[in-house]
Amino acid sequence: MLELTVVNKWYHYRDRLMQGIIYFAVILVCCVFIWILVDLLQGGWKHLSLDFLFDSPRDAGRGGGIGSILVSTLLILLVALVAALPLGWSTAVLLAEFVPAGSHSGRSIRYSMQVLAGVPSIVFGLFGNAFFSIYLELGFSILSGGLTLACMLLPILVSTAEAGLRAVPNSYRLSATALGMSRSAALFHLLLPVASPTLAAGLLLGIGRAAAETAALLFTSGYVARMPGSLLDSGRALALHIFDLSMNVPGGDAPAYASALVLVALLLCINILAMQLVQGWQRRRITSE
Amino acid sequence: MTWLRRNILFLLMRTDTLLHWVLRVGAVISALVMFLILLFLLVESWPVLQHKSPLRFFTDASWHPLEGTYNLMPILSGTLFASIGALLLAIPLGIASALYIVYYAAPCCALWYRRLIELLAGIPSVVFGFWGLTTLVPLINQLHPPGASLLAGILVLALMILPTIALTAHATLLAVPDEYLRAAAALGLSRWGVIAGVALPAAQTGIVAGVILAAGRAIGETMAVLMVAGNVVQHAGSLFDPIRTLAANIALEMAYAMGDHRAVLFVSGLVLMFLVMVLSGMVGWLGGNHHA
Repeated sequence: MLELTVVNKWYHYRDRLMQGIIYFAVILVCCVFIWILVDLLQGGWKHLSLDFLFDSPRDAGRGGGIGSILVSTLLILLVALVAALPLGWSTAVLLAEFVPAGSHSGRSIRYSMQVLAGVPSIVFGLFGNAFFSIYLELGFSILSGGLTLACMLLPILVSTAEAGLRAVPNSYRLSATALGMSRSAALFHLLLPVASPTLAAGLLLGIGRAAAETAALLFTSGYVARMPGSLLDSGRALALHIFDLSMNVPGGDAPAYASALVLVALLLCINILAMQLVQGWQRRRITSE
Repeated sequence: MTWLRRNILFLLMRTDTLLHWVLRVGAVISALVMFLILLFLLVESWPVLQHKSPLRFFTDASWHPLEGTYNLMPILSGTLFASIGALLLAIPLGIASALYIVYYAAPCCALWYRRLIELLAGIPSVVFGFWGLTTLVPLINQLHPPGASLLAGILVLALMILPTIALTAHATLLAVPDEYLRAAAALGLSRWGVIAGVALPAAQTGIVAGVILAAGRAIGETMAVLMVAGNVVQHAGSLFDPIRTLAANIALEMAYAMGDHRAVLFVSGLVLMFLVMVLSGMVGWLGGNHHA
């Protein structure tokens, strides 16, 4: 009996110890996250103003603002989305609705998407430089940067959209068929609208990933900080601007902090919106079933 | 009126086949992207692969690309050290985070902490690098100059891959059947006994898959490591020595690389790509085995 209580006590202490370790790890992660945010806020808040958002950078970015850089970032994003959305979503629809899950073609497309999702962004940069900038002769331009990003976005768009479509209950498809709807009509009038929140969430995640990207743009969209005149001009993305200010421009820390704050605030908003969409959609599904 | 109905049906069938073909073309283009990447990496690195033996990447005297010596070993060792160090830090933290969310936290805390991890995953690598450069590097410099070092790289990388490990571990721990846990509790196992003896072994494959994914991310990460790790081509003797990783090397030297040097950089890109393909193949194999 005495032995039993000793063993019980040991288990009790071990439980407590592990709980302590886990709570410590969690608090550590929370603290680091808050540390990063507070650091960025402290460093960037004073420099941030409406003028900063709309002015063009002067003196290699030490003065002025990030107006032209925001425009370039937006253009790169637009090019990437226009190229990636139709491809990504049509692949997802094909995988989810038209191809049996275990079939050979479906598996190979899924494997290639899986590999693509893991490819390091610098390798996308090498590929974009060799293919878009040199082989297709687009040069260092917003167009080649955007197209490189489009390749990066494909796996995110495909996997989120496929998961969304697969989560639509089969009864929807059966009823549509029973009503004599064609598959395309069922797709456009029923399945895609029902899955639209996850499509939107995937879109937002893609935008977030593209806006955060630096390495893939280094050798494709270039460094020029001027206001871009056309899609074939070189344009500097916001993330690249932060990199350049902190590494290559002595005394560029204050505007770098402010730019990082703008980027992080933007990404946090996009990601929170995406999470809300997914969560709201799940809740609606649960209540409707 | 039968001709009308037939006509409509005919039209419907035609739109369906049309849609199917449009989708097929889209999917084929998406799948082609991977082959295109491989093809262009191979084409660009062909000059070097053709007339230099791959052994030279290991036996050359040093990495002086302008003088034609391409010893990749110090860069490979830097990549390996940084990734392994980051994994050693991130695996316990990530798994502890997942355990907290699933078994320890109150529902509202769990939701908030999950959100925090997801937001951490969304912070761009350049911001991690910038934060490391302005905060971590001076701190490490006080401890042991020069500050920009393997340790700084490991810390920043660990932060970046932690969400991957935590979120995949969370998903697999949630999928552990409730009966297992109840049965274990009914046998009188303590709380940690249930977790370590039942939940973690049951979720093992998923957690390993997450760790492999995270390893792929750590190997390929460029900007953050480039900004904090010092970028000296050398074998690191201690945690405080500066190092250069494979991906950072590409980013640093692509801007002025010509001829063979450029081809060597594409070879290192190819190496990165193959590493990732092997790793994701392993993940796929693990997943397949798990379902079987």
